[in-house]
Amino acid sequence: MKCRKCGAKAAIHMRQHKLALCADHFRRWIPSQTQRTIEKYDMFESRDRLLVAVSGGKDSLALWDVLLDLGYHADGLYLDLGIDAGEYSKLSRSYCEAFARSRDQRLIIMRVSDQLGVSIPDAARITRRGRDKPCSICGLAKRHLMNRTALEERYDVLVTGHNLDDEAATLFGNTLNWQVGYLKRQGPVLEERPGFVRKAKPFCRIYERETAAYALLRGIDYVYKECPYADGAKSIYYKEKLNQMERERPGIKLSFYLSFLRAKRDMQFVEREAQPGFNTCPDCGSPTSSDGYCAFCRVKARISQPSEALERNS
Amino acid sequence: MSATLRLRDQRFEVRHGMTVRSAMLALVLEPDAYLATRDGELITDDEILREGEEIRLIAVISGGSGSSSEVWQ
Repeated sequence: MKCRKCGAKAAIHMRQHKLALCADHFRRWIPSQTQRTIEKYDMFESRDRLLVAVSGGKDSLALWDVLLDLGYHADGLYLDLGIDAGEYSKLSRSYCEAFARSRDQRLIIMRVSDQLGVSIPDAARITRRGRDKPCSICGLAKRHLMNRTALEERYDVLVTGHNLDDEAATLFGNTLNWQVGYLKRQGPVLEERPGFVRKAKPFCRIYERETAAYALLRGIDYVYKECPYADGAKSIYYKEKLNQMERERPGIKLSFYLSFLRAKRDMQFVEREAQPGFNTCPDCGSPTSSDGYCAFCRVKARISQPSEALERNS
Repeated sequence: MSATLRLRDQRFEVRHGMTVRSAMLALVLEPDAYLATRDGELITDDEILREGEEIRLIAVISGGSGSSSEVWQ
């Protein structure tokens, strides 16, 4: 197969676009597609300060690389979750640090245990949230700490490496379970609101296979080993099912996501009632829909006084 | 002689002369979930497997940390 641009030997074939490219043209194609997505969804501008949430995986490091290549001011934020007795997190962190060093960029490192008192797996055990799967509490802590850090450090936009497969899998899961509240809020951008920084996903139209290919072709070292808690995760199950469909119908993942965005644009997911107002958490000051503490601080309280909190909830 | 597909520490022997894609499908590996490299170079999956060579497959699916399964806020 030959590159459509120059006729050289192709390195990747993107069936959904009926496009094959050589390594050189693909390395240029990803930043140009990312820039188009940034502009299409009005994500941010060149004067904005961006904070990229990096995990050490291919998507977030590839995104950081692309944003720097495009000339954006983009710093990194790594959250040390304390996974696998700290070993998995230590490995992930080392890739983020190496990347930041090689590009001479600022990387903010935050240990979840400094904020929560314990690591994510311990927090899941103590609070009995998620049992042996700490994914739920991990998501909660990451959303809270990333948002808070971006606000405290005065960044304009928090940027994440969610790719098309992530978005399609989320959409698939939320549709199967008719999670209408989540469907209303899913999109390439979440607007800034009091207490919430603006969030954007510049890779939302790029397949996961392509972010991996880009990382490989750019020589970006990333943590290849999967999170030990990912085994059996629903998001991976949905991705596998979508890939089976993609084999028969190239482009089905992309059209699933884009037709959803069109439906949203055409007001198919309109809010019927006004969104509830947010209160301010008396501990950390974050917005919360509850009357008292925010979800993160409630988890923190249960960790510091587990027996008391458990008694209250029994 | 045959060709080998290597995925992490697993090695699968397949017939040479078939395409990488056909070999993956024969092994019940979803082509969209992998990249293939020959001698460190990324290749498309219509490449014909050569006798005695080893092709490395790179799994691309990740997730499960909560970052992709829930919507922000």
